[in-house]
Amino acid sequence: MVPVECYFVLSALLFFIGVYGFVTRRNLIAMLISIELVLNAVDINFAAFNRLLFPGELEGFFMTLFSIGVSAAESAVAIAIIINVYRNFKNDSVDAISNMKG
Amino acid sequence: MIYELSYLILLLPLLSFIVLGLAGMKMQHKTAGLIGTCSLSLVTILSYWTAITYFTADRTAEGVFQTIVPFNFTWLPLGNLHFDMGILLDPISVMMLVVISTVSLMVHIYSFGYMHGEKGFQRYYAFLSLFTMSMLGLVLATNIFQMYMFWELVGVSSYLLIGFYYPLKPAIAASKKAFIVTRFADMFFLIGILTFGYFTDSFSFSFAGDIVMGQGTTPFIEGNMAKAIAAGGFILPTALTLMFIGGAGKSAMFPLHIWLPDAMEGPTPVSALIHAATMVVAGVFQIARMFPLWIEYAPQAMSIVVWVGVITAFYAAAVACAQSDIKRVLAFSTISQIAFMMVALGVSLPGHHGAILDNHAQLGYMAGMFHLFTHAMFKACLFLGAGCIIHAVHSNEMALMGGLRKYMPITHVTFLISCLAIAGIPFFSGFSSKDEIITACMEYSPVVGWIMTGIAAMTAFYMFRLYYGIFWGTENKEAHEHHTPHEAPLTMTIPLIVLCIITVGVGVYSTLAGFLGWGGSFGSFVSAAGTDYTIHFNTQIAATSTVIAILSICLATYIYKGETQPIADRLYKTFPKLHRAAYKRFYQDEIWQFVTHKIIFRCVSTPIAWFDRHIVDGTFNFLAWGANEGGESLRAWQSGDVRKYAVWFLTGTVALTLVLLAL
Repeated sequence: MVPVECYFVLSALLFFIGVYGFVTRRNLIAMLISIELVLNAVDINFAAFNRLLFPGELEGFFMTLFSIGVSAAESAVAIAIIINVYRNFKNDSVDAISNMKG
Repeated sequence: MIYELSYLILLLPLLSFIVLGLAGMKMQHKTAGLIGTCSLSLVTILSYWTAITYFTADRTAEGVFQTIVPFNFTWLPLGNLHFDMGILLDPISVMMLVVISTVSLMVHIYSFGYMHGEKGFQRYYAFLSLFTMSMLGLVLATNIFQMYMFWELVGVSSYLLIGFYYPLKPAIAASKKAFIVTRFADMFFLIGILTFGYFTDSFSFSFAGDIVMGQGTTPFIEGNMAKAIAAGGFILPTALTLMFIGGAGKSAMFPLHIWLPDAMEGPTPVSALIHAATMVVAGVFQIARMFPLWIEYAPQAMSIVVWVGVITAFYAAAVACAQSDIKRVLAFSTISQIAFMMVALGVSLPGHHGAILDNHAQLGYMAGMFHLFTHAMFKACLFLGAGCIIHAVHSNEMALMGGLRKYMPITHVTFLISCLAIAGIPFFSGFSSKDEIITACMEYSPVVGWIMTGIAAMTAFYMFRLYYGIFWGTENKEAHEHHTPHEAPLTMTIPLIVLCIITVGVGVYSTLAGFLGWGGSFGSFVSAAGTDYTIHFNTQIAATSTVIAILSICLATYIYKGETQPIADRLYKTFPKLHRAAYKRFYQDEIWQFVTHKIIFRCVSTPIAWFDRHIVDGTFNFLAWGANEGGESLRAWQSGDVRKYAVWFLTGTVALTLVLLAL
């Protein structure tokens, strides 16, 4: 059986890879993928902690499912926004749209 | 209810003001004038009807006219106090209704001719309506606060009408001067009202009908009179004196008179209506309205009224002798005559006769009101006559006149009759009222009585100086050849004739009634006690003042009637300084200028302005500057670079986590 710490290590790695990607990439799609990585890290954490702290209970798993659902919706919205940005700016770099700050 | 239409007296002029004010500029001159005049004719008819109904109604058991309040509603409740709006009919307010509507109607008709073709004709009629509404509201007020509101409204309309020729600099300066001086005085009026309201819990004129008082009883005040008396005997005299300062400002009493001569910059019919017949007597009316309180609680303070009046009357008469602008002469004579009314009210002695106020001891009240009535008529006639002359000569200066009697017969005759009335010649209305004032003064103190007799003589002198200067004397042929003077059109002469008929009619009847002891003269309608008072002239005083008036007129005739005026020139050469001082109104304007600019502005206003600019403004400027600077330094953080935000967010989260872990 895989020790539970491994899941935490995996989760932490995914999280920081995601953050690193979000901070360093300029491409909007790449940034969206990075955010998905961060969310996945969180999902793994939910499942692992549920198993570790409350074996036999299901709240953590439900939260994981819920989070996956939300992230699916969120990527749909994000991709729609990115497509619109691309249409308007002919560019998918985040620097190109910094004047959106208002 | 027979007075149920009385609210129309206020509503009609207001309506015509709104219509003319909003839509006037789209109308023909004639339409606008007709709207104003027609609504005022209705008001006049209603006023006369109200007056006839009121004065023919039965008197109460005590023999006085009932005080009637056809309308009264609470406008603003304020704890114990409440501001009401309504209509109050008592002898003086009904008398004022007649005076205001008559003079106002005459002025409306007259203005058709005088203002013919002027730019802003419609605006002029709109303002006239506004003024008439305000003045009627002032006299019909049921409480002192309503009176104050309309008091300010007449001030505004006066301001608007003085500044009617707004492209001209002097007109604007004069209108501002009038507004500021009267506002300054009104500040004291307001303080007086608030003092009165605070200590008595009432603004109401509930004492108006209670002029009949049992000996030792007090006038009824709706609120809490005991509170005011418990607070000290000085409260009511102080409040009344403060109100009198407001009245003195409006009625141009020395030293607050400075605005009235300048107010002559307005159109002449306006001077006749506002600055001679109605608005300027608001101060007199105010004292008459508060009279029961003055007589009961502040009889000593009335001597202030007397002496302010005496000084003003003398000062204005002296200045009037040296003016060369005909409207200025009339303005100073107005000041002097209003001062006569003030003195008349002031010399009313506190006294009771059995259960009621003594009509005889308080003759001054009746005399003051009577003089208000007669003065309004003959002074309006004089001003309108002056308007005809100015219309004909295109100047206010006496030097350009002289010998006008040939060209303007109607104006000449009406002007002469009004001059005789103001001079106090028997069978003209001024005689009866002025004679009663002098009688009242003599009873108060012979000193005041003789001073007033002297001033009456001066009045006769300067009025006939004016009369001869305009209609006789040297004709300015050069000016007249260039532009031949002509009689004014009918719209202008008819009001003169009507006012003259009133002057002569009232004069003849009241003179006969006074000598023969008939009733039905002015005293039957308005008197201190409210009862039917039959005027009996004191033959000695009547004879003295008549002889003195005739002597003054003869003197004026001797000096000013001829083609050349050697005596006047010699007098002028002998006392050049005195003449110059009188011409310059004894430097009153310069003194005010000095006091306000050099003393008040420099010693009070400048430090206050400095404090305001640097301390008060500085505090707020500093706060604004701080917020601005803070924002400027923070705005660099909003770069629009999402990844930078993410780094900051991450750093922040990590830092927060570390802090929480450390705790």
